[in-house]
Amino acid sequence: MNRIKLFVFAIAALACPASVMAAHEMQTDSTEAKEEIDVNEIIGHHIADAHSWNIFGYTNSDGEKVELTIPLPVITYYKGDVLVRLSSAFEEEAVVEHNGLYYKMHHGKIYMTNAAGDIETDENGPINERPLDISITRNVVSMFMSVALLLLIFIGAARAYRKSSVPRGGNAMVETLVLFVKDIADEQIGKEKSDKFAPYILTLFFFIWINNIIGLIPFFPGGSNLSGNISFTGILAVFTFLTTAIFASKSYWKHNLTVPGIPFPMKFLLVPIEIVSMFTKPFTLLIRLLANVTGGHIIILSLLSMIFITQSYVMTIPSVLLSLVIFVLELIFGALQAYIFALLSSLYIGLAVKDEEHED
Amino acid sequence: MDLLSPEPGLVIWSGLTFIILFLLLRKFAWRPILDAIKAREHKIEEALASAQKASEEYKRIEEAKANMVADAKQERDLMLKEARAVKDSILAEAKENAVVEAQKIVAAAKLQIEKEKADAISELKLQVAKMSVEIAGKLLSENLKSDERQEEIIEKYLNECNFN
Repeated sequence: MNRIKLFVFAIAALACPASVMAAHEMQTDSTEAKEEIDVNEIIGHHIADAHSWNIFGYTNSDGEKVELTIPLPVITYYKGDVLVRLSSAFEEEAVVEHNGLYYKMHHGKIYMTNAAGDIETDENGPINERPLDISITRNVVSMFMSVALLLLIFIGAARAYRKSSVPRGGNAMVETLVLFVKDIADEQIGKEKSDKFAPYILTLFFFIWINNIIGLIPFFPGGSNLSGNISFTGILAVFTFLTTAIFASKSYWKHNLTVPGIPFPMKFLLVPIEIVSMFTKPFTLLIRLLANVTGGHIIILSLLSMIFITQSYVMTIPSVLLSLVIFVLELIFGALQAYIFALLSSLYIGLAVKDEEHED
Repeated sequence: MDLLSPEPGLVIWSGLTFIILFLLLRKFAWRPILDAIKAREHKIEEALASAQKASEEYKRIEEAKANMVADAKQERDLMLKEARAVKDSILAEAKENAVVEAQKIVAAAKLQIEKEKADAISELKLQVAKMSVEIAGKLLSENLKSDERQEEIIEKYLNECNFN
């Protein structure tokens, strides 16, 4: 009980300075989008991945728009040709030539083009071929930062145990959090087997949580939408699926593939359902995290965009207040989503590794 | 829609990063932390158990101490009793010895007295004989002086030889 209280307190402590930052975001945005108010595009831009990191933009005294952007490395692979460039090389739809191949960035995506850089489109958008794009995008950079943070925090905490078996200060909070997550694994997987899977669940929880938090920091180096990206949530769901598939006990397979204790004709119905459910379980993980995180970002940005849609200063007050409320909620949901992902992952793993004989 | 189409690049980076992060944290963070916590729990359990043991040991010692005290008391009583008995017996013996000794002394004294007495009597006899001879001699020398005289002389000599 005490552990949960501490957990809630930790989140509250994080929420206070962050709400100040939300106000800051609002100000930055107001300079950014003075003229054009294509809210859809602004929001779409914010939640999508990018090849460069836009820190802020402003209009200088000459009326020119100035964007302060950090270029990030673009790495692509196309039919044996590896291209490594800074994203600044692709600015303003420039065509980049490499080994007789022509690359062009169009709406944040790299396409293969001819020397003139023509992009052919049909009703679904561009039909040009795309290289395999393994660029260090904004999301990847923010992921690396989260990794560095996690390593710093937890290896530091682990080192503290060498001095004394009772950690103090921040490390005591780390221990509380670690035990909180370890308890999830213990409860869902069972004490005997949880030691094997606890590191996985712990890594999942903290990786998702810290990326949720980084995503909510409204200015550089935060603001990416990594944990709201389908590629990120998808690969984590795949890991959970693989873990259940690899470590599943015999009784799990037997139960899923033969559905014992059921009249034979019913099996034609139930076996496919069981098999489908094996895939839908991790799929729900993917969708839940993606939708919650992205949804939160969209709501905050939409509320702030109200100011630009109505073009009224009066709107500032309700819109900022509302987005602040959502922001704090998002901070709580950030932890909650990490918790749910970890909980469900351990639940699925627990179901899979249990080797109880099915009663039939 | 972009939102729902996975980017292979990000999938690869996320997967790789997660695996590396997982391996690093497992080796350098989770295992040490969880092991340390487990070790600490173990230590606490052990400490509690040993405290329990110590308190039991203390109780046991306390009991043993009480037993020892009781035993010692008993022994002391016994020793005192014995000592008293010894004292009594020594006293009795001493008394007996004293009586015997006294009797011996008395007997010896009696013997001595007997002997002294015999000596004295024989001495007396000798003196009486001597005096008798002397008196007879004097009587013979004073012979024939008046009868009165004779009686006087006898009286005188008899007075002279007092039997002491």
